[in-house]
Amino acid sequence: MPSALFWIFVLVMLVFGVMVVVNRSPVASALSLVVCFLGLAALYISLDAFFLGVIQILVYAGAVMVLFLFIIMLLDLKAEQRRHFNLIAMFGGIVVIVLFVKVLWDVCYGFQGGNAVFPAIQNTEHGDTWQVGMALFQQYKLPLQMIGALIVVASVGAVLLSKRELK
Amino acid sequence: MTDILLGLVWALVKAVGLVFVIILPMVSYTVYAERRVSAMIQDRLGPNRVGPMGLLQPIADAVKLLLKEDFTPASVNKFYYWLAPACAMAPSLMALAVIPFGSNLFGLPMVVANVDVGVLWVFAVSSLGVYGIVLAGWSSNSKYPFLGGIRSSSQMISYELSLGLSVIPIFLICGTLNLPNIVKYQIENGWLISPIWLKGISLTGINFPLLVSSIFSVDALVKILLWVPLFISFVVFMVSMFAETNRLPFDLPESETELVGGYHTEYSSMKFALFFLGEYAAMITGSAVIVTLFFGAWHVPFLPNDPSQFPWLGDLVLGIIHIAAFFIKVAILLFFFIWVRWTLPRFRYDQLMRLGWYFFFEIALANILLVAIILAFAPK
Repeated sequence: MPSALFWIFVLVMLVFGVMVVVNRSPVASALSLVVCFLGLAALYISLDAFFLGVIQILVYAGAVMVLFLFIIMLLDLKAEQRRHFNLIAMFGGIVVIVLFVKVLWDVCYGFQGGNAVFPAIQNTEHGDTWQVGMALFQQYKLPLQMIGALIVVASVGAVLLSKRELK
Repeated sequence: MTDILLGLVWALVKAVGLVFVIILPMVSYTVYAERRVSAMIQDRLGPNRVGPMGLLQPIADAVKLLLKEDFTPASVNKFYYWLAPACAMAPSLMALAVIPFGSNLFGLPMVVANVDVGVLWVFAVSSLGVYGIVLAGWSSNSKYPFLGGIRSSSQMISYELSLGLSVIPIFLICGTLNLPNIVKYQIENGWLISPIWLKGISLTGINFPLLVSSIFSVDALVKILLWVPLFISFVVFMVSMFAETNRLPFDLPESETELVGGYHTEYSSMKFALFFLGEYAAMITGSAVIVTLFFGAWHVPFLPNDPSQFPWLGDLVLGIIHIAAFFIKVAILLFFFIWVRWTLPRFRYDQLMRLGWYFFFEIALANILLVAIILAFAPK
């Protein structure tokens, strides 16, 4: 892909990623995260991973963030905007940032596996959707089944918790 | 480099041509059709004064909506109030990018983006449409729009599930997500709404051995078995599409008797028109997806698709016939949408949710299992 497109979408992602943190209004933060996800999906698509890109939009931008927005809108947003800076919380935040940068630095420069260049995906007659499906249902069959069981347990738990008062 | 630029130019020509020459006029004439058909059903006349049979009514409507005062209430959240109408209109037009609306014209395939993910793109982009409605409801800072926005987001998320699950049988049968390839499969094996297809009959003559083998064979028996789950998935998909486009009997987000106008109560002039047109554009997109998945897209039965079989019909004429066939099928489905709207009363909200979660979700899941079992035991 033309590298200009890569830089445009990276810029979009970074700017809106910062806006998620900087915005005082939770609705603005949530919508910035949606734009950030769209940029990420564009990056996936530019790497010929169409399936991943579209699933990124469908699941995260289209379903998860709608639910987030749905909850945020039911909150009292004025209370959030009135909140003042808290010195102790700021100090804690700075400590976390410093630790995070340290970890990031270690991962980027210390981890040798990160420098390996992997071969591009072979272009077969089938598209990337077929390849993802084959990898999931042949190579990772057992992990996939286990994740399925975990999700079922989690959703049964959620239903049980929300129905507790009905007993 | 010139290849990329040339590809870009052709994609732009196709996209702009599709949206501005076909879809947007179609949207405004669907509004006109809605008014005329509703008048017919209620034994009235409908708009018949502007131009012959009222056919210029959409132009008069557009001028009226553009010239009206654009009033912004004082209590709204300005930025999101302005953003919402655009968010409601754009996704339904973007989703059209992957729809094959014709075979070939001047040697170019008539689809804007031929991508392998095909129908997933339609679902992904149209799932973004809910932001327009939610933002409109929230930024209006008023209780009826807010209730409309909340209803709409829960309704659209609920029905997205059965919408997505109901088309999985099609992918199992065709073995691809790519819409042009699904159309190719339907041309060879019959439209998916009725997979039993009499092969060998065409305007150029009848091929008897092929005709007999298409009726009496194991393959035909498998297709009769597949007819049942495909019809179920068609019904589930169609009804879920009504819920996704907020059409009656599922127009809870804007039910006039309870919520004044729902999420667009506080909007006027062209901003209201964008919501209004967005709903009709979503209807056209939905119909186009149904036509592509179940009714063979641009395929005309009994007409050979290969121009060499049919020399007196030129390439160009055949291409135009295919595009026309696609949009005629879409128009018939749009008529069905309108017909249902003026025939059925509105569902109650709990009935809507029960239908989505208790019935369609389970039916769609069982349907996938049924198709998988039939395909597993069918001889290859």
